[in-house]
Amino acid sequence: MAGFLRDSAEFLPILLQGVGLTIAVTLGALALSTLLGLVWVLMRVSGFTLLAGIARWLVNIIRGIPILVQLFYIYFVLPDYGVTLSALSAAIIGLGIAYSAYQAENFRAAIEAIDHGQIEAAQSIGMGWALTMRRVVLPQALRLALPPYGNVMIMLLKDSSQASTITVAELALQGKLIASSTFKNTSVYTLVALLYLAMSLPLIVVVGRLERRYGRRRPA
Amino acid sequence: MAAGARHERRRRMIEISGLHKRFGAREVLTGIDASVARGEVVCIIGPSGSGKSTLLRCINGLEHHERGSIRIDGALVDPTRRSIRAVRAQVGMVFQRFNLFPHRSALENVIEGPLQVKRERREAAEARGRALLARVGLAGREAARPEQLSGGQQQRVAIARALAMQPKAILFDEPTSALDPELVGDVLAVMRSLADDGMTMLVVTHEMAFAREVADRVLFLDGGVIVEQGPARAVLGAPREPRTQDFLRRVLHPM
Repeated sequence: MAGFLRDSAEFLPILLQGVGLTIAVTLGALALSTLLGLVWVLMRVSGFTLLAGIARWLVNIIRGIPILVQLFYIYFVLPDYGVTLSALSAAIIGLGIAYSAYQAENFRAAIEAIDHGQIEAAQSIGMGWALTMRRVVLPQALRLALPPYGNVMIMLLKDSSQASTITVAELALQGKLIASSTFKNTSVYTLVALLYLAMSLPLIVVVGRLERRYGRRRPA
Repeated sequence: MAAGARHERRRRMIEISGLHKRFGAREVLTGIDASVARGEVVCIIGPSGSGKSTLLRCINGLEHHERGSIRIDGALVDPTRRSIRAVRAQVGMVFQRFNLFPHRSALENVIEGPLQVKRERREAAEARGRALLARVGLAGREAARPEQLSGGQQQRVAIARALAMQPKAILFDEPTSALDPELVGDVLAVMRSLADDGMTMLVVTHEMAFAREVADRVLFLDGGVIVEQGPARAVLGAPREPRTQDFLRRVLHPM
């Protein structure tokens, strides 16, 4: 135990730098995936067959390719076509695109759970598609989408460790580097695990609260 | 066209001719001709599955009809065109299940259309919204959420929401069918007062007493056609068609 504390004092400053990058990757990818997910789902429910078809295929393609391969593609393949990104940008864009598919599916489930009578009520006072979405459907869908959104945040936080494969020195990679140079595997990976838990446990608690509040609809 | 006929035409608020509607292979409406005059109250009665609700929903374009035409105050109802929005803004609709917006208060529900669709100023819309809620007996409940209101209160908010658009006519789709019996009276009282004020109303209902006392005319629909129509007292009191007689016997004496 004394050894662990001594190792902690030595390694924590370096690991905390990794935590900073982990948070940067997670928040960046969360913002991008939310934005793209909204675009896909609005295309999907737009009522235009072509747009809906494109969105459905995009989501399927994104879902059907491992995140790791998507990251490799953006970081190692795109430079061949003149697009060179920093490792951090590539990680945020890759994870953002990969997660946009899950976001879109969550949003779609929430939108489709809205009673059709709501849409008819909006139409019957003369609202068009955009106004119906903005004023009636999306505000209600938002509450339904919150619990799964929290779960996406937790998954994304953990999947941000995949950025280590394209040289982003986030928490997992920092841990690996320290462990391989000091051979103190137990201390280092225990610290890495604890740091991930310190970030994800609060999120898990928040999601639990959201689920109790919005997850189940009150019986009519 | 004779002057009298032109006058007659202008008097018509809702005009339906040769209306056909099918769901897949099933024909629901097979050639409906009907009209509702300005200020007239018309009740549509008939067995379930007769096409009553479908007819009502075709009038504001919630259902697309295949053949025939519907005009509201002269304007053609065409759900495939943007013009349908203007038509809908002029025709109120009250649903069986209220369909209030659950994330907004009673007052917000009422002023949503005036603010967002008609782009009225908030103060003016709110003032009228409060007056309308008072009119349907809900003064003081402006801030209540739909879930905090009884079914009867929710339906009266829905009526206020329809009125807030200052519609030329209001369509009621079985407005009391989802209510507990003791709450029906308040809603019917509000509808009766609207009728007294000259609102043009087309009401799908099973409330025969309401139809007899409030409606100017009654249409009896069965199998997608209008079997019988005429003054409420005549159709309900002395129906000529066997199908109407049979339906009324079963509705009025269910035991």
